[in-house]
Amino acid sequence: MSIGLPIAAAAPVIPKFGHASECVVANHQFCGSWFVDNFSSRFLPPLLVHIELTAIAVGVGLPISFAAALLARHYHWFETGFSLFAAFLYTWPALAFFVIMVQITGINRFTAEIALVSYTLLILFRNILTGLQGVPPDAVEAARAMGYTQRQTLLRVELPLALPPIVAGIRIATVTIISVATVAAYIGAGGLGSLIFDAIGTGFKTEFIGAGGLAVLLALAADGLLVGLQRAMTPWARRSIAR
Amino acid sequence: MHALIQFFGDNAHLLLSKTGEHMELSLASIGVAMALSIPLGVWLGHLHRGSFVAINVSNIGRALPSLAVISLGIAFLGIGFTNTMVALVILAGPVMLTNAYVAVSEVDADAVQAARAMGMHPWQVLLRVELPLATPLLFAGIRTGTVYVIATATLATFAGGGGLGDIIANEASYGVAGVVAASITIAALAFAVDGLLALLQRLITPSPLRHRADSTRTAASVTDLSLGAS
Repeated sequence: MSIGLPIAAAAPVIPKFGHASECVVANHQFCGSWFVDNFSSRFLPPLLVHIELTAIAVGVGLPISFAAALLARHYHWFETGFSLFAAFLYTWPALAFFVIMVQITGINRFTAEIALVSYTLLILFRNILTGLQGVPPDAVEAARAMGYTQRQTLLRVELPLALPPIVAGIRIATVTIISVATVAAYIGAGGLGSLIFDAIGTGFKTEFIGAGGLAVLLALAADGLLVGLQRAMTPWARRSIAR
Repeated sequence: MHALIQFFGDNAHLLLSKTGEHMELSLASIGVAMALSIPLGVWLGHLHRGSFVAINVSNIGRALPSLAVISLGIAFLGIGFTNTMVALVILAGPVMLTNAYVAVSEVDADAVQAARAMGMHPWQVLLRVELPLATPLLFAGIRTGTVYVIATATLATFAGGGGLGDIIANEASYGVAGVVAASITIAALAFAVDGLLALLQRLITPSPLRHRADSTRTAASVTDLSLGAS
């Protein structure tokens, strides 16, 4: 099975996009009008796929990491075991991880999601566990003394107090996944990376800048949005926001 | 497993030459990134100025998708070594800058004041008090950036930059054994360079501070050696 792609062609081969303007034919640095004309048909769908890939990866990684962190609080061996497992997954260069996973689950979105979820685990697990371990024991004791059950203590006392590091972890995981998801296009996952690989095949500069620029903007927007969320959700911690 | 060992045996020459390319690109990028970001970070930290920019630049650096930066690089600089090197410098420089800034600006103010009171020139304060005390954090930034560069240099293959990514992105020719062998080589390179930097850090840290340097290291060890985020 071949999934090899050619490296960027030396001479630009301009793809057929209907009527080609002079700018597109000459492959100038950035053809603004072509980008605007083709945004909704060519750039918007991969952008939405990219957001979806990221949201699913973080959405699946979060409950797994949370469950693992709760287990790790009770069983010390599990903390070591899961940390090693997650670190092992995280240590593979993304490109190699994708290529190896393809052998097991084939070239599709599902394969990409497995790899993307794997990359969230180490970051989310460590941050959730750090957050829960950082809750002052006095607060927990007070809640128990007031008659809170273990579940109520977790949901109403520990979780809110652990939010800053948890949201910080979600933020790091999200921007990491946005980055790794561009590489996932290599195994047919779609997203903005597919346009970049497309441009590597054709040498079309507007597509390089359009897709690369959108990926950068998406990452910065997601980062900014999560910083805002972090502040809004933890009004008491504004002075000591975890990095 | 057998195929993997056989690949290492049969393709030792290929692996060696690709490793050479990989390291050439990585070391050039790390060198340029250090030359640009460390002096700036140290100087800003010494003056206690520009903290907002110096601290937030690494958040932006971390958020930048590596393949997207390489993609922009291809459009502006064409394919090849230079484009990939510039992309890697943009990706690794910020974390080095932030760590250098924080390392120097957070040096115990009492120590700096004592040095000034003893009549030290600002340059002497920087070179003989602030920098030695800043070594652990400064090196943490260099090491994080270095591991990141070695891992991300894999993507150079898409921009004609060569390196071990050429093997990983060509599973059709080299097989899964080749992909795994190249990945193991990248991980080994990252560990080896990180180890060398740890040794260098130990050598230039004044002996009374060595214990502290070691403890900083263990706190950051797992995330420092994370190649995945490339």
